[in-house]
Amino acid sequence: MEIERHEYDVVVIGAGGAGLRAAIEARQQGKRTAIICKSLFGKAHTVMAEGGAAAAMGNVNSDDNWMVHFRDTMRGGKFLNNWRMAELHAKEAPDRVWELEAWGALFDRTKDGKISQRNFGGHEYPRLAHVGDRTGLEMIRTLQQRVVALQQEDERRHGDAEAYIKVFAECTVTRLLKDGDAVSGAFGYWRENGRFVLFDAPAVVLATGGIGKSYVVTSNSWEYTGDGHALALLAGAKLINMEFIQFHPTGMVWPPSVRGILVTESVRGDGGVLKNSEGRRFMFDYIPEVFKDKYATTEEEADRWYTDQAGNRRPPELLPRDEVARAINSEVKAGRGSPQGGVFLDVSSRLPAAEITRRLPSMYHQFKELADVDITKEPMQVGPTCHYIMGGVEVDADTGAASVPGLFAAGEVSGGMHGSNRLGGNSLSDLLVFGRRAGAGAAAYVDGLRARPKVAEDAVEAAKAEALAPLERSGENPYVVHQELQRTMNELVGIIRRSEEITEALEAVGKLKERAEHVGATGSRIYNPGWHLSLDLRNMLLVSECVAKAALLREESRGGHTRDDFPGMSPEWRRRLLSCALGPDGSVTVEEEVQPSMRGDLIRLFERDELKKYMTDEELADFDALVKE
Amino acid sequence: MSYKAKFRVWRGEGGEGRLEDFTVEVNDGEVVLDIIHRLQATQAPDLAVRWNCKAGKCGSCSMEINGKPRLGCMTRMSTFAEDETITVTPMRAFPVIKDLVTDVSFNYQKAREIPSFTPPSDVKPGEYRMQQIDVERSQEFRKCIECFMCNNVCHVIRDHEENKPAFAGPRFLMRIAELDMHPYDVADRKDAAQEEHGLGYCNITKCCTEVCPEHIKITDNALIPMKERVVDRRYDPLVWLGNKIFRRSDAKR
Ligand SMILES: Cc1cc2nc3c(=O)[nH]c(=O)nc-3n(C[C@H](O)[C@H](O)[C@H](O)COP(=O)(O)OP(=O)(O)OC[C@H]3O[C@@H](n4cnc5c(N)ncnc54)[C@H](O)[C@@H]3O)c2cc1C
Ligand code: SF4
Ligand code: SF4
Ligand code: FES
Repeated sequence: MEIERHEYDVVVIGAGGAGLRAAIEARQQGKRTAIICKSLFGKAHTVMAEGGAAAAMGNVNSDDNWMVHFRDTMRGGKFLNNWRMAELHAKEAPDRVWELEAWGALFDRTKDGKISQRNFGGHEYPRLAHVGDRTGLEMIRTLQQRVVALQQEDERRHGDAEAYIKVFAECTVTRLLKDGDAVSGAFGYWRENGRFVLFDAPAVVLATGGIGKSYVVTSNSWEYTGDGHALALLAGAKLINMEFIQFHPTGMVWPPSVRGILVTESVRGDGGVLKNSEGRRFMFDYIPEVFKDKYATTEEEADRWYTDQAGNRRPPELLPRDEVARAINSEVKAGRGSPQGGVFLDVSSRLPAAEITRRLPSMYHQFKELADVDITKEPMQVGPTCHYIMGGVEVDADTGAASVPGLFAAGEVSGGMHGSNRLGGNSLSDLLVFGRRAGAGAAAYVDGLRARPKVAEDAVEAAKAEALAPLERSGENPYVVHQELQRTMNELVGIIRRSEEITEALEAVGKLKERAEHVGATGSRIYNPGWHLSLDLRNMLLVSECVAKAALLREESRGGHTRDDFPGMSPEWRRRLLSCALGPDGSVTVEEEVQPSMRGDLIRLFERDELKKYMTDEELADFDALVKE
Repeated sequence: MSYKAKFRVWRGEGGEGRLEDFTVEVNDGEVVLDIIHRLQATQAPDLAVRWNCKAGKCGSCSMEINGKPRLGCMTRMSTFAEDETITVTPMRAFPVIKDLVTDVSFNYQKAREIPSFTPPSDVKPGEYRMQQIDVERSQEFRKCIECFMCNNVCHVIRDHEENKPAFAGPRFLMRIAELDMHPYDVADRKDAAQEEHGLGYCNITKCCTEVCPEHIKITDNALIPMKERVVDRRYDPLVWLGNKIFRRSDAKR
């Protein structure tokens, strides 16, 4: 059968915030751009984001600026972040948010008519631009409508709406293609009819999001099978920081079928408090040393903070997510959990009912409809859920370029920006800032090419055979293999980790890899979920192997990586990044890389007292020398 | 806590299909989409269904449950009796691709026919100033998760394929209203709403409003006010009638 073929300058895989912003940029720079996504247009995971997009616009507190945002981001990531990315992000986020407004977004407003900003964990000032608790929907719709606006422009100009930017929805990419070292295209299938499609393109931007579907309890959707992470590995790129996974402290715990679904952090940002079965606001017992002077030590002070932020310290419920998730985990383990195995999150005793339904409409809706709980009258029960992967494709901060020529990555699939732990709200802004940069990077790369890389026909044949294999054999049910993988990762490489368990997980993943090669899919090629899952297994298993191998090597606890057997944070380890690649035998190899030192003007934004909690004596000596100059 | 439910699910592809019977386990707190997933994992691995968020936020899992358009992920099993047979079929107004998955390209086509947000040329990003009260009207419509169930039930197109070219459907008529009420939109949308997008076809039956999972008052807050804005220039008897109905029921509250 002939394969459907398309030629583009830039192919963007993913139609979430990062992918759409990248595609818009590439098209605005005159490149013929394709957007490919597994779901319908406008349904990507970004749509689920609730709380907001962090940008130091200073609309609510004029003391805010990019330097404060930069500091908060580095602190949140425990200083493991790619500081150049954190810098670009903090500087450019406001422009990216304002741009959305010029494309039709309607954020909630301040009294003087500006974009309103809300408090969130780890952010010193109210910083999250938001629309109630459906900010992701606003963002995706605005970007979607911007793509449509560009198509209307092309229709007027060229008589063809899809001449310069076209969406290939419900289309899944299974392989990247190369010509020598460089990217030459992408291969995939249409979900609707199972037919194959080939994109011939010199530049590919990965914007495929995360990996949560390797875990049982997750806030992520079926799309999060780590496709982009795996495609990058298979194409020869490197993944960094894969051991760092964010377990969001507040997922729903009941009923079982919705376990893991997110309860937005805005509940706490707007006044909600965490309590154990004894009614105690336990977060006061879990303020870590490094944050001691920034958080309130009494309930009175914490409560005053909501109205007077200058004179009081923040409530400890708003500590970075990794701290809160571990605290909840400890409370439950100590037998002080709620009846359904979580802890209580209460906003009902803190805000009037009308205020709750106005500020948190979709949370109200979600609990009412899915759990029969009225959050204006009673507390919610919540517990940690696998939410976000900090690790991903190693990229150049300024252009989003991966080590493979022609390959770019942005959004959750890229790594570095968030270090060992992402602050809430920093993802949506990350998508905009680095989506735009990756789109521009890809456009510039295409401009600089002398010859267009060619698609190798034998690679296309191989991709075809790989994709058809599950349909051609009768083997194990892919759903069974998937469920075992999810249980393995959840139980053995979850929120708290130890050496023996990770080793056990690696063995299990090895065996599952073999089984996955023999799963069979029944039925036709038309919209066949069993077949699709059989193909996704390769990606989930590769990603899980990266996570487990890196987690085993990193012998310290930091951010989204907690080792029971190495509970402390080590300044030595802060300088070391773990980088995963694919070995010749198809298994993952991990190497150490040195984290480059922070630029002088950036490191001077911090006090020595703070740096000494994270840095080696040698680094501190360098800092002292710098300050003396 | 757990029981066996009877399900009848539409199966088929390429224009042909039939209802297939299943007996399937149901546990505490589950929704219809969970049961469809259980069927996939245990009895029908190739059963096609769309879904993403499983929390009523993405609008992917629209289906008809016992003949009513619903989100599969927000329809709790506890709303049915244990001995009831639950029939699940695809949305009726759109062509079936396979099983519960329909071809919704009609909606994307219509989206592209509505002229985009048109701000004044002299306002720069960052300079927008709007009061909360002025954005709230359009914000209500921007809650739309594009489940397309309103378009699916609207009688103008539900069983009238021939009306599809001339009628944008409630979702996109509401989009016109949203832009028309946007404090910074300067395009004139009134004539086009009537002439090109078929606002006149709507006879305010409110079926769209009834199915909207986001509880957007599509008819009262978007379509009727839009008709009123059009009527500034034209005479439309339905608006006059609609107004009366609207006011009267309003007064009762
Ligand atoms: C419930 C929830 C709430 C959140 N709230 C917030 C918040 O308030 N603030 C914040 O900053 N962050 C939040 N986050 C995190 C943030 O939403 C995500 O990290 C972010 O949206 C990821 O965006 P993305 O553009 O990288 O990818 P996504 O939006 O996930 O898009 C991925 C795209 O890639 C496509 N794709 C994947 N694989 C393939 C393939 N093989 N072939 C073709 N296409 C493919 C998918 O179809 C999809 O279009 C939240 C996350 C969740 C789960
Ligand atoms: S109110 Fe108008 S748009 Fe809505 S269902 Fe009735 S006729 Fe269709
Ligand atoms: S208006 Fe309501 S029913 Fe219509 S598409 Fe949007 S969310 Fe669905
Ligand atoms: S799966 Fe998203 S609305 Fe049902």
